[in-house]
Amino acid sequence: MAIMNTRQAIQSAMDIEMSRDPKVFVIGEDVSRNGCSFGQFNGLPDKFGDKRVVNAPLSEAAITGVGMGAAAYGLRPVVNHDFIDFLGCCFDEILNQIAKLRWMMGGQMIVPLTLNIFCGGGGGSASQHSQSLEVFFTHMPGIKVVMPSNPADSKGLLASAIRDDNPVMIIHNRGLIGMEREVPEGEYLVPIGKAEVAREGSDVTVVSYSRTLNYCLEAADDLAKEGIAVEVVDLRSLVPLDKESIFKSLEKTSRLVIAHEAVGNSGFGAEIAAVVAEEAMDLLDAPIRRVTAPFTHIPYNREMERAMYPDREKIASAIKSIL
Amino acid sequence: MRKEDKEIMLKIYRTMLTIRTFEEKARSLVLEGRMYGALHLYSGEEAIAAGVCSCLRDTDCVTSTHRGHGHCIAKGAETKRMMAELFGRVTGYSKGKGGSMHIADMAKGVIGANGIVGAGLPIAAGVGFAQKYNGEDNVTVAFFGDGATNRGTFHESINMAASQMLPVIYVCENNNYAMATSFPYHSHNKTIAQRAQAYDIPGVAADGNDAEAVRAAALEAVERARAGGGPSLLEFRTWRHHGHFLNDQQKYKDPKDQEYWLTQDPIPRFEKALLESGTASQAEVDSVKADVIEEIEEAVRFGESSPQPAFEVIFEDLYV
Repeated sequence: MAIMNTRQAIQSAMDIEMSRDPKVFVIGEDVSRNGCSFGQFNGLPDKFGDKRVVNAPLSEAAITGVGMGAAAYGLRPVVNHDFIDFLGCCFDEILNQIAKLRWMMGGQMIVPLTLNIFCGGGGGSASQHSQSLEVFFTHMPGIKVVMPSNPADSKGLLASAIRDDNPVMIIHNRGLIGMEREVPEGEYLVPIGKAEVAREGSDVTVVSYSRTLNYCLEAADDLAKEGIAVEVVDLRSLVPLDKESIFKSLEKTSRLVIAHEAVGNSGFGAEIAAVVAEEAMDLLDAPIRRVTAPFTHIPYNREMERAMYPDREKIASAIKSIL
Repeated sequence: MRKEDKEIMLKIYRTMLTIRTFEEKARSLVLEGRMYGALHLYSGEEAIAAGVCSCLRDTDCVTSTHRGHGHCIAKGAETKRMMAELFGRVTGYSKGKGGSMHIADMAKGVIGANGIVGAGLPIAAGVGFAQKYNGEDNVTVAFFGDGATNRGTFHESINMAASQMLPVIYVCENNNYAMATSFPYHSHNKTIAQRAQAYDIPGVAADGNDAEAVRAAALEAVERARAGGGPSLLEFRTWRHHGHFLNDQQKYKDPKDQEYWLTQDPIPRFEKALLESGTASQAEVDSVKADVIEEIEEAVRFGESSPQPAFEVIFEDLYV
């Protein structure tokens, strides 16, 4: 184990995966030696060269399409977009090409492509550089979507994504780039499709993922002092969704709160609530509560922005409201 | 004429005839109600697919379009499995899930027809990227129409291929219509080929109804790409005999234009040239015609008699 931030955890996964498989390459904007928005590929150009760390023009559709074509031809591309907000510029490449080509063509190809994406706000980047848009992609059959809540998961899920023969979108949260935690140094894989109980408890289940998961843990700390035992389930994977882990936790707690940074309307919390209502209603003793961003855009102003997102107080309050 | 050249010419003729026969058969099958589904016919544009693909190896790749049957046939896809796909049968290339617009044959380097206009161009750049990455001398052809040249993907892909010197040949089949909107209306450029100047790559315009002219232009671009000389933009002017889709009433076409272009039909033109130059005898031409008719009839028999897919097929191939 070593102490790493998310940036270093991504570097570590990339270094290991590129070393073990010459078919792995990364393509994106400003991934060269001297520029890289978040520093997540620092060191890789010197070690692997420009051939495998491909600094591309500001052409999201071409970058993503190149990934699609290269994957169809047998390479294992890591397509990097630093802001999930920019995926509007290559939505067709994801929606109609990457997610569909294998299926449409009767399974004649595999598309072992990783979309390495960042979401999330908190830095005064306003409404086009701060969003959490995961549900646009969880709505697409054909790709997997994973969202780590800490540096170790960023490393382990990225490595698993690269080795997966399916298209996988890994969405790191910008707010966690500097977060430092213990991370395994060598090869490290976190399985895709498995949730993790991040904290055990018996009174209420909080299902969350990405940065908000950490606020759920803080809320659980606060409530523990009041004698409330909160179980926190970190989904890690949204597609495929580990329903069994949610149901198993509800068997203990019978109460469900869902928290995420994205807006609530048609958010992933709605999917979880619907799954529980349809398949495990009899486990519940209280209404389901969601803690999400309100249905508006993300503002620039620091205090306004801070007030947008779920935090430990809002989550604690939602938990208490159903006890 | 050398023996190999004669073989190539006869192959081009056979390919064009196969495409035309396939298309007209598919058309009549839909009109008769024996076949169902969306159909965009390539009739009239055969010289481009046949001429360009005559310069390619099996290991080269193409990306195709919604009007893709011609590219698939010219690159070596089996008409039986194509026809079966049009019939929606389990023996089709996509097990009945893709239909006319999504036929691929990865073994023959057909990375797929595509229902989204302009979507093939970035994918072609990616295949070209992988060919270069692997150190191969294979190349990729992106086929697209004049309509696609106004998508952002046209610009993004060509600029990417030029800046990375990728072995991609961009082949614009300018049939004068982006769906129902005419080329002079949708583009201020007199040619698409001139846009190559903007990317500082070679751009060539040629008669798309002259298979030999197509082959000559394509051969130069393919050889350049193979040798590491990067991408080219080729524009072949042609004409869609039918509408954008099967039941398109084509009110936007001037009947005089249609009449003129039918006199420029690439197949009789090529056949005449073959016979007049002595490249092929009437008996050889007739033999090709008979073969092609038999092949397409067999394709229809195979497709129509193949089993329907089980519903569960919709869950196959979604994830590995």
